[in-house]
Amino acid sequence: MSIKSVALASTALAALAAMVGAAQADISDNVVKIGVLNDRSGLYADLSGEGSVVAARMAVEDFGGKVGDADIEVVSADHQNKPDVGSSIAREWIDQDGVDVIVDVPTSSVALAVQQVTSEKDTAFLDSGAGSTALTNDQCAPTFVHWTYDTYAMSVGTGKAVVEQGGKSWFFLTADYAFGHQLEKDTSAVVKENGGEVLGSVNHPLSTSDFSSFLLQAQASGADVIGLANAGGDTTNAIKQANSFGIVQGGQKLAALLGFITDVDALGLDVAQGLTLTTGFYWDRTDETREFADRFAEKMNGQKPTMVQAGVYSAVTHYLKAVDEIDDDGGEAVVTQMKKMPINDFFAENGKIREDGRMVHDMYLVEVKSPDQSEGKWDYYNIVKTIPGDEAFQPLDKGSCKLVSN
Amino acid sequence: MTDTTSNVELSDDTFRRHRLAGYLIAAIGIAALAVAPFLGIYPIFLMKLLCFALFACAFNLMLGYVGLLSFGHAAFFGMAAYVAGHAVKVWGIGTVFGIAAGTLTAGIMGLVFGAIAIRQKGIYFAMITLALAQMVFFFCLQAPFTHGEDGIQGIPRGTVFGLIDLRDTLTMYYFVAVIFAAGFFVLHRTVHSPFGQALKGIRENEPRMISLGYPVALLKVLAFTMSAAITGLAGATKAIVFQSATLTDVNWHMSGEVVLMTLIGGMGTILGPVAGAGIVIALQNYLSTIGSWVTVVMGAIFVICVLTFRRGIVGEILARTRR
Repeated sequence: MSIKSVALASTALAALAAMVGAAQADISDNVVKIGVLNDRSGLYADLSGEGSVVAARMAVEDFGGKVGDADIEVVSADHQNKPDVGSSIAREWIDQDGVDVIVDVPTSSVALAVQQVTSEKDTAFLDSGAGSTALTNDQCAPTFVHWTYDTYAMSVGTGKAVVEQGGKSWFFLTADYAFGHQLEKDTSAVVKENGGEVLGSVNHPLSTSDFSSFLLQAQASGADVIGLANAGGDTTNAIKQANSFGIVQGGQKLAALLGFITDVDALGLDVAQGLTLTTGFYWDRTDETREFADRFAEKMNGQKPTMVQAGVYSAVTHYLKAVDEIDDDGGEAVVTQMKKMPINDFFAENGKIREDGRMVHDMYLVEVKSPDQSEGKWDYYNIVKTIPGDEAFQPLDKGSCKLVSN
Repeated sequence: MTDTTSNVELSDDTFRRHRLAGYLIAAIGIAALAVAPFLGIYPIFLMKLLCFALFACAFNLMLGYVGLLSFGHAAFFGMAAYVAGHAVKVWGIGTVFGIAAGTLTAGIMGLVFGAIAIRQKGIYFAMITLALAQMVFFFCLQAPFTHGEDGIQGIPRGTVFGLIDLRDTLTMYYFVAVIFAAGFFVLHRTVHSPFGQALKGIRENEPRMISLGYPVALLKVLAFTMSAAITGLAGATKAIVFQSATLTDVNWHMSGEVVLMTLIGGMGTILGPVAGAGIVIALQNYLSTIGSWVTVVMGAIFVICVLTFRRGIVGEILARTRR
């Protein structure tokens, strides 16, 4: 190769690099594409599913449909609660369809798989539906924000409250995957800290229809409290079947460690009354939450939003604000900007995103109303206590995220 | 089945023509593999297709050439994926050795399963293989190294002997294409070897093969082992491509899917399973937006296929051209 051609080649390369550089500090394809990836047909479809897509669309509409002069699009897909399906959709969205941010993603195993892809490809990932604290600890990433809740917050809220009410000995019914194990581990720690004891646990496969053998083991353990370290359809099935086994009538108490308002609706107040739950959002809390919930319900055949769906709205809105601020949609760049801005909307008051990607906001300890307290459908909770964000979530110095400097 | 593969005495001339056609098809195939990623097709989709095509081809060795319907091939596919994933991620033995470990594991499992299942035929054979595969499934659900529902995630793609970096998607594609071509070649040679002819003989008339002095049981076990090993090769490769090994790969749905691919494409033809895999994977991919309706569409296609062209797509084309 002659000197001239080397010079030519390097100039061309430099020009190319400059072009790429220029392209990065900009909104790719002049479209901000939001991918809502969740369960649209399985056990978590009610608490996320179409409702999360509706929430994302509402956020886009309320934002005005455009960031600067770039259009905003919302796409959605069903990950079927399978990590391989989820990660291949995420990969294809980013590679082929130019998706700039992936939101929701319930099911921790899928969320962890998506986390691998988004962090590798510098795409923002705002999780509302998944619970595992691993997402902001060992598996944390600079492109990630964990918005609505996590297993730590659930266990601190519900676990502590139940022990204080006298539930000293525990037996866990655990969904056999990342989320369930994490929830059991976090709750066990809280129970022991507050003077309780853990008698044992049994794992059940995700999305089981028959809990009989697990419930009998729990019954035989003689524990005061049976902690349900599962979610969605699994929780409601376990509670229904525990009722038919006469477990509650026999004096044992059930603690749903993660309960959504859709679960309460599915169970009915007769069965669910008296359950203590921790939630990141309740629609009937303030005027703003009611206003949002009414608009949401109009589009969802009267269903009020779950905390996951409300979280999607809040996360998408905050994301769009950050993109607007820096005029860039690269994953790390936007998330860095998001971390600089406080969150003030109907979902969170003075919410903030920490270095490890955890969005810190107040959580609420609620008790499910009895049928005669309730004034109608969706009027399900009494808020017992507000748990301040700093108490609700795992302290930064106890975490193991590599992004945190300490 | 007899009509598609009747062994007529070929004259020298026709033999040469067939051979030429074979080379031509091989050349077209290799060229298609080489240029496919430049035709605007998503490379990851192509890699997935190749893995499943190899899986279906390996399965076809049992169904199409020995005439035994195994309903447990997902066990080999999934277990090889887990072993390869674990070996590469935890033991760090390198991508190529990881895939080899997966293939070897599947082969050994095939030998054991084959030795047990081969005593039976037809529906009983299918049921035994299904039962064994379900045992493997529950093992994978509970064993600590598979991580249950989470699966093994974040498997590094690594390098080929430290020389070729597989993190680049296009490089990875050619790596997969080479594996596919190698697996396909081995199967092709097997089918056309005296061993393959003996297998066809077993399919057509087992008592006669026994009376001719062939060790029929041994041949069947060998074929099953080979089919399992190449299935494992496909599964291990898929784990590296998608950087994950999960329960989906070892679930009985997967065993059903490969039956579907082979039947749609044409069992007992060497290219049929490739075509079948192509159709099934493409449908799943491009229809994924309609959600659970994909299953309905696939079911309808299967019914139409069985009712109108029972030899499968490639089988039907071959039958027409030979007429």
